[in-house]
Amino acid sequence: MSSGRIAAVVPAYDEEGAIGKVVAEIRSTGLAIDVVVVDDASTDDTARAARAAGATVLTLPFNVGIGGAVQTGLRYARDEGYPRAVRLDGDGQHDARELPKLLAPIELGEADLVIGSRFVDGGGSYRPPLARRIGIRVFARLVSLLGGQRVTDTTSGFVALDRRAIELFAAEYPHDYPEVEATLVALRSGLRLTQVQVEMRERETGTSSITFVRAVYYVVKVTLSLLVASLRRYPRVEEAGT
Amino acid sequence: MTPLRVSIIGVVASILLILVVLELIRGRRLKERYAILWLVTGVVLLVLSAWRDGLNTVAGWLGVTGYPPAVLFAVATLFILLVLLHYSTVLSKLTDENVDLAQRIALLEERLDRSRGSSEQA
Repeated sequence: MSSGRIAAVVPAYDEEGAIGKVVAEIRSTGLAIDVVVVDDASTDDTARAARAAGATVLTLPFNVGIGGAVQTGLRYARDEGYPRAVRLDGDGQHDARELPKLLAPIELGEADLVIGSRFVDGGGSYRPPLARRIGIRVFARLVSLLGGQRVTDTTSGFVALDRRAIELFAAEYPHDYPEVEATLVALRSGLRLTQVQVEMRERETGTSSITFVRAVYYVVKVTLSLLVASLRRYPRVEEAGT
Repeated sequence: MTPLRVSIIGVVASILLILVVLELIRGRRLKERYAILWLVTGVVLLVLSAWRDGLNTVAGWLGVTGYPPAVLFAVATLFILLVLLHYSTVLSKLTDENVDLAQRIALLEERLDRSRGSSEQA
């Protein structure tokens, strides 16, 4: 059924207003793509809106956070035999038109995990606030150092995965604020990682979930989990096609 | 030496604690693995209450001269810290298992809906 198709994993919490359009946009890219919306126990009609737009919906019985939601979608992709997957946010900030660019290194067999970044090599028009820019920089340096490969943006949730990456993250994925740590886990498990430059949009509905206290928790939590992850041993993932 | 009245109250209280723990195990409201911690506490308290020279003796071993009951507070604090640390590990494990279950439910429900849908069409 899913041979050769792509699973688009979209975690969503209370995105009733945006999710329909997000799903429709992904489906209108012309790719052989199935949209899998993971409804993280929304209090609104996110699930129905996603289903009406033609997505498969996985509804979690209670809120497990972004990492657990993404992992649910990746477990689905693994169990249903999808060879490739992409992950986009449910609020519409990731532009589905960038998907072919994101998937290109995987189609060419050059990478297992592709991160869509707004600032590869300093390009792109996006200028985040200073504090955020510093945070992104510091984490990128730390992951580069601990993972042994240079990365410039580890906070992006706009990613493409091949079968190896799907299997790795379906089995092991951090639960809260997962992106940075997941990048390091991928590197330490021997996945080939590439970054591509993409444009992102401003949020269409809702507000950013980062407040000051959360920002502090974010920095401390991510730093700690990076250090712990670098002390752990990860089994090397099997080479593709074996 | 511990005053006799304090000693008696201590003995009664620690026996009560042990009985409550045993009753909780009997009623299956407390798992044996956690109950062991509490039974050990009860026994330590019982020994320290009944053995009226005990606190002074133990304090003497540890070099605490000024105020022997300080040993009791130190031991109690350490014990509570260990119990809480243990609970944090239990909570972490339960959280992970909970998330795993939630994910499986979401996946199974989707699969169930799909097979229902296809059997209705057939």
